[in-house]
Amino acid sequence: MSAPNKSYDPVEVEALKPEEVERARDEAVAAFAAAGTLDELKQAKVAHTGDRSALSLANREIGALPPQAKAAAGKLIGQARGAVNKALAKRQVELEAERDARVLVEEAVDVTLPYDRTPRGARHPLTTLAERIEDTFVAMGYEVAEGPEVEAEWLNFDALNLGEDHPARSMQDTFFVQAPDGSADSGVVLRTQTSPVQARTLLDREPPVYVVCPGRVYRTDELDATHTPVFRQVEGLAVDEGITFADLKGTIELLVSKLIGDGLELRWRPSYFPFTEPSAEIDLQCFVCRGESVGNPDRPCRTCSSEGWIELGGCGVVNPRVLVACGVDPSRYSGFAFGLGLERILMNRHNVADMRDMVEGDVRFTLPFGMEI
Amino acid sequence: MRVPLSWLREYVDLPAGETGRDVAARLVRAGLEVETVEQLNADLKGPLVVGQVLSIEELSGFKKPIRHCFVNVGDANGTGEPQEIVCGATNFAVGDKVVVVLPGAVLPGPFPIAARQTYGQTSAGMICSARELGMGDDHNGIIVLESHHEPGTDAIELLQLVDEVLDIAVTPDRGYCLSMRGVAREAAAAYGLPLADPALLDVPPANSYGYPVKVADPVGCDRFVARTVTGVNPAAQSPIWLQRRLQKSGIRPISLTVDITNYVMLEVGQPLHAYDRNRVDGPIQVRRAQDGETITTLDGVQRKLAAEDLVICDNTGPIGIAGVMGGASTEILDAAAGPGTTEVIIEAAHFEAVTVARAAKRHKLPSEASKRFERGVDPEAARAAAQRAVDLLVLIAGGTAEAGVTDIAAPHPLRTIAIDADLPDRVAGTEYGRETVTRRLQEVGCTVAGADIAGADILQVTPPTWRPDLTDPYDLAEEVIRLEGYDNVPARMPTVPPGRGLTEAQRFHRRTGVALAGAGYVEVNNYPFVGEAALDALGFEKDDERRRTVKLVNPLSDEEPALRTTLLPGLLGALRRNIGRGNTDLAIFETGTVFLPKEELKVAPRLPVDRRPTAEQLASLDAALPDQPRRVAVALAGERLPSGWWGKGAGAGWADAVEAARTVARAAGVELTVRQVQRAPWHPGRCAELLVGERVVGYAGELHPRVIKALHLPERTSAMELDLDLLVADGTQRVSGPAVSSYPVATQDVALIVDSAVPAAEVEAALRDGAGELLEAIRLFDVFTGEQAGEGKKSLAYTLRFRATDRTLTADEASAARETAVAAATARTGAVLRGA
Ligand SMILES: [Zn+2]
Repeated sequence: MSAPNKSYDPVEVEALKPEEVERARDEAVAAFAAAGTLDELKQAKVAHTGDRSALSLANREIGALPPQAKAAAGKLIGQARGAVNKALAKRQVELEAERDARVLVEEAVDVTLPYDRTPRGARHPLTTLAERIEDTFVAMGYEVAEGPEVEAEWLNFDALNLGEDHPARSMQDTFFVQAPDGSADSGVVLRTQTSPVQARTLLDREPPVYVVCPGRVYRTDELDATHTPVFRQVEGLAVDEGITFADLKGTIELLVSKLIGDGLELRWRPSYFPFTEPSAEIDLQCFVCRGESVGNPDRPCRTCSSEGWIELGGCGVVNPRVLVACGVDPSRYSGFAFGLGLERILMNRHNVADMRDMVEGDVRFTLPFGMEI
Repeated sequence: MRVPLSWLREYVDLPAGETGRDVAARLVRAGLEVETVEQLNADLKGPLVVGQVLSIEELSGFKKPIRHCFVNVGDANGTGEPQEIVCGATNFAVGDKVVVVLPGAVLPGPFPIAARQTYGQTSAGMICSARELGMGDDHNGIIVLESHHEPGTDAIELLQLVDEVLDIAVTPDRGYCLSMRGVAREAAAAYGLPLADPALLDVPPANSYGYPVKVADPVGCDRFVARTVTGVNPAAQSPIWLQRRLQKSGIRPISLTVDITNYVMLEVGQPLHAYDRNRVDGPIQVRRAQDGETITTLDGVQRKLAAEDLVICDNTGPIGIAGVMGGASTEILDAAAGPGTTEVIIEAAHFEAVTVARAAKRHKLPSEASKRFERGVDPEAARAAAQRAVDLLVLIAGGTAEAGVTDIAAPHPLRTIAIDADLPDRVAGTEYGRETVTRRLQEVGCTVAGADIAGADILQVTPPTWRPDLTDPYDLAEEVIRLEGYDNVPARMPTVPPGRGLTEAQRFHRRTGVALAGAGYVEVNNYPFVGEAALDALGFEKDDERRRTVKLVNPLSDEEPALRTTLLPGLLGALRRNIGRGNTDLAIFETGTVFLPKEELKVAPRLPVDRRPTAEQLASLDAALPDQPRRVAVALAGERLPSGWWGKGAGAGWADAVEAARTVARAAGVELTVRQVQRAPWHPGRCAELLVGERVVGYAGELHPRVIKALHLPERTSAMELDLDLLVADGTQRVSGPAVSSYPVATQDVALIVDSAVPAAEVEAALRDGAGELLEAIRLFDVFTGEQAGEGKKSLAYTLRFRATDRTLTADEASAARETAVAAATARTGAVLRGA
């Protein structure tokens, strides 16, 4: 650095000559523009803006100038450095954008790669079907009642107006539990229906009673495509003042429209169950052929066996004798009850051809049903 | 009950164009379960006519006898000339009337008929056998008709070949519909047409010179009608119409007398029995059997009678089980096997339903008769039925009715039921009105009094004798409602009071399923039946409490006579089934009840049904039931996390099983603690006992290698079983929201050396306790054994996160907390700081 000099003339200082400053500025700007990578730009930055760069050195000379010359020289250098920094910043942004674009391209992956690292689970469709039916009734104000699968004969039969010699008792092929002495006289069976839960509910609380009872029930059928010895029912019971067959019809119609959809005809067929009177079987119009397969051998329907109807379940007005056995005054209260077989509904609602698939626990059957149906 | 439409029309004048399906639809809406409508010979096309054999030329030189015949078919062939037909059957002679199918006809099959050359002759048609005409498989031979039929007569009509048969499944309350009479009554009501009741017959009154009968048990037998017919031609055959009706109804024609008793049973619903009078020794007696008595029934089986059996006897002892089956010793004899029966006693009796039902069950002899008696037979039909059988024996078998009429009747008071005229309205929720109610009750055969009294609101109704099921006003209301049609009942919604929604337990059960399915488990449902083999395979000791099972009297399989005490046998079975089908990486779960016999085994009493049982009585029912807790179980095999392009996966193991238990516990909102334990069927070194507080709620771990081998499962198969009821009981606490500190966290790591046998859970618990309330979280991030840890030691490395709620912790504070944590671990587990 030159020593301060009173008679110093800036034009006499080589580095501060305007043409020199401009040259240094232009060289810097050109070097930045020429930098093809961020590394080259960094080198150019050191060379042209670092301590040893021409402009930095020139800047240092200003201090030695006489006061009257400092301002002009400072302005000259300041403008040049401003232009250099601007060019540097611009190039920096350009090169970073280029780099980012390149890196992102390099980082691209095949997002169509399969990913099954997290195992998939599912709930059994019979479980979720029962829940859907429960929810329909809970929304109406019903409660869900449950009871034991190994049940007292009295609750499974007698309380439901099925006396010991009632022909209907042999209609249902019952599993009997061994008595302590090894005989069949234990008074205990595997429940053949969820109706004992209804009896338990009536014994347990005062009307009004509105409950649905889902659960597993047992009959001594062999397993085949349309039968299983262990199956599921959802039964419903309403006991209140003034309950009629009309209430039953309204309730079932609502359930069917929620569960299966509208637009299908229901058929109410008089039938016989000891615990209801009058009793009915409910048939749903076949949703596949809508009855057009009936008597029409050219258009057979597998779903309804060309009958045109699918059995949904049984129902009726609660037999007053059942109310009496459960301690409910039949002169004040009446009720209706219904029972639906879930396997059958699942078969129809979801086109399941073989009941064995619901029983065998093959995960390939259950997985597509997911968490809810 | 099979109902030929042509036969039904005999009692109800149904509209001419009405098809079987139309009639079935009406009957279904009235409550008869018509299962099928069978079309008999719907594709049969004539000409099919009566022919008379004019000549027979036996052709020789063939492997079997062949006949070249000329048959007079009247004008049916258009020419009136004899029809030339070749026939392979030989059971007919010149002059016989036969059934001839002519060219252009189509036999069932379909099998079109044309003139053709065969055995060197022209054959323009066929002489038909019963089988070829779809009349059953009974005989192969040619049908030979009675001689009075004119050649050329249409045989389709004559043999009633084309018909429709309704097959009706009769419910137990409708025994009367096990007869044409009953079904016809329903059809008449459904169509609003009059009924020609086949039981309305003129019957001579009882007298003292009928066959002697003594009824010693008027409860078991409240009616016994006996009639006798002599001079019956034992060689007489049942006429075509009778045979055809039996065939269409599903009953095989046997012999004329037996056919007639069956026919009358089908017609009026009264089972009849025919005895060969010459084989009955002395008076008939009806009584209960004596111990040691035996009978050989018609089916040739010798049966030991029980004291409860009601039997028909003569001087020799039992000759029939009442209402079930007759005995062989007094059976009607066929003329083909020696001198046939010529004198017949017809029995038309009424037996108690329960007695017959029990006898049929005891002797495993469900018969057409027992089926009807069990469901209730019209006691007033006995006389008419006997008369009808007598008439037919006279008419068809050439017999002579004897004048004696035996009719022993215990008093049968008619029941009268008082019913509010508006009861059907109140049950159905609609308005029928008194007139409709009265009319409908009359249609089912009731006598209705009080209907005429203006303003009377109570009807006095006497049900008909064939409806023993109508015993109270609600039975009557049902009749009205069903005949008016369920379709005409309006639909309405009851006003349901607000409910409580799902219970906590129900909500938890749902969460359990959702949580496990969310964790990658697939739900399965297994049968709860188990056998010794399954329990042996699980390696249970002889005195394991899980071997104490509820046993079934009549299991589906003798191999699996008991109910499960653990979910594992079924679940592991499902696992193996899946593996067998090529699904290798599996995680499955099941929820369901297990059945645990109570300490003291009891019998559930049969309580009264005419009133509410007492609380003690109800408790006695529950005392006889096993405990039935609800469980959840999981089983895993193969890879829990699959390998793939992302890297290596992880095999399923004991830790997954334990984690599944924690998943369920989290759904219940409770914290599980884990203890090392040894218990079958788990690996003795890899079994976790799961606790809530001090209560054991389940077990998890890897299965014992012996169990895995016995069940043919993949290595390292793991399982968990947990009692859901115990979790619910503890899972109802309300969470109070934590105060979340926004001060910075201070993290400290610590590596401890402990004896290998020290459970990590204990070390962690000690660290927690020692660290005090500044500890926010603790996490074990590394475990290793080996040289660096030292012989018989393991190293556990933890990250401790400290944080205060009210200030930034200093490094000294965090270090101090860490030191007290380590000190606690040292004191309780002998842990030593690694490197110290
Ligand atoms: Zn269909």
